[in-house]
Amino acid sequence: MQQLINFFLKFKTALVFWALFVLAIALTINANTYHQNKWLSSTNTISSFVLGKGAAISDYFYLKQENKKLMDENKRMKHYYLFQQHHAQALDSLTFDHNQPLDSSFEIINAKVIANSYRKINNYLLIEALEDFDLSVDVGVVSPQGIVGVVEDHKANFARVISVLNPSISINAQLAKTKHFGSLVWDGKDPNVTSLIDVPRSASVAVGDLVETGGNSLIFPEGIPVGEVIDFELDQNRGYYNIQVKLHTDMTNVRNVYMIQWKDKETILELIPESNE
Amino acid sequence: MNKSITNSIRFVFFILLQLYLLDNFLFLDYINPYVYIIFILLLPISMSSIQVMLLSFLLGLTLDVFHNSGGVHAAACLVLGYFRPLALRNAFGVNFDFQTLKFYGEGFKPLLVYVSIMVGIHHLVMFSMEAFSLAYIPRILTNTLYSGIFSIALIILVIYFLKPSKK
Repeated sequence: MQQLINFFLKFKTALVFWALFVLAIALTINANTYHQNKWLSSTNTISSFVLGKGAAISDYFYLKQENKKLMDENKRMKHYYLFQQHHAQALDSLTFDHNQPLDSSFEIINAKVIANSYRKINNYLLIEALEDFDLSVDVGVVSPQGIVGVVEDHKANFARVISVLNPSISINAQLAKTKHFGSLVWDGKDPNVTSLIDVPRSASVAVGDLVETGGNSLIFPEGIPVGEVIDFELDQNRGYYNIQVKLHTDMTNVRNVYMIQWKDKETILELIPESNE
Repeated sequence: MNKSITNSIRFVFFILLQLYLLDNFLFLDYINPYVYIIFILLLPISMSSIQVMLLSFLLGLTLDVFHNSGGVHAAACLVLGYFRPLALRNAFGVNFDFQTLKFYGEGFKPLLVYVSIMVGIHHLVMFSMEAFSLAYIPRILTNTLYSGIFSIALIILVIYFLKPSKK
């Protein structure tokens, strides 16, 4: 017994070191696993408060830029709205009612980015919703220019978002022209470029083609802009394209975002068998 | 002032400095200085190694919570705390006998060596843990080198800034 105690006393520094080191490795592995990391994260009360204070100050430096982005988006929306209105009138001038609010199956929630990383390999954002919301998991987050990420966890008004710049998620995306779809993944290198993989050989791809979100997932609605093709190659062995996509969203500078969720997601999920999850 | 109060203030100060100021730095895509480890560098030399390791671990874990990085910084800081006596002995040589050493009394060169060893260890462990894969070895090394140089320069500046004025 005496020998045992002596042993522990002799190696106590090393024992403490290894115990804590194993703990740290376990936490790291846990953090790299999608949907596992619940307790040690920036959505907890203290850290969201501290990060929020910092964001409140830095917001002022970006007001001008941010205004421009939102104005541009408004302009696009206005164009789109007028276009739709024009067509609706032409097609069906009797039944179209302008005062009727648009019936949408999506709920859109305004949010503000309070912390963002893009230099690491596993990148996350922390966002604060600017209105009350009733959020489920796997909600898509978009900026005025394009997609940003997917909500992983939320608490009070704060939500933690897995950035598109994170190899642990892949997003269903398609070529806007031909609707051939693949998976959007990030290789951990350039924060402006992601890859669209597993696009079938039959698709016709050209540099400059637009890429948008696909309709095969419940995270993003179909047709949200992602980016444009800057390079592509055909994997001869597998018969799939590997396409480099330059993101529309400048991930190094996102401030205002929207969370988009399906209103009747629960109903849809019930219809999908468990195995597809 | 009481040592433990000084250290508590430093703990909070360096975490906030890292979060609010240095995490927003970006030079040439790769360089992100990590200066918060000054807290570990400047812990009293007389402190026991287990205490140093526990405090280092806590410091790293705090930053991890803000960065959503699991235990990356915790592991790097822990290794740093573990190797601190070794780095001190290497940098300050024979003068390292626990009680008599003063960081500022030994001149510039030993301090530079001490800071460089510590930053090297910390950055290497941190970037390796962050990548967590052998596929990223070139990236780990370039990150360590470039960020390391900036961290060393900034840390030495801050250490001289914190130097107590002679009375």
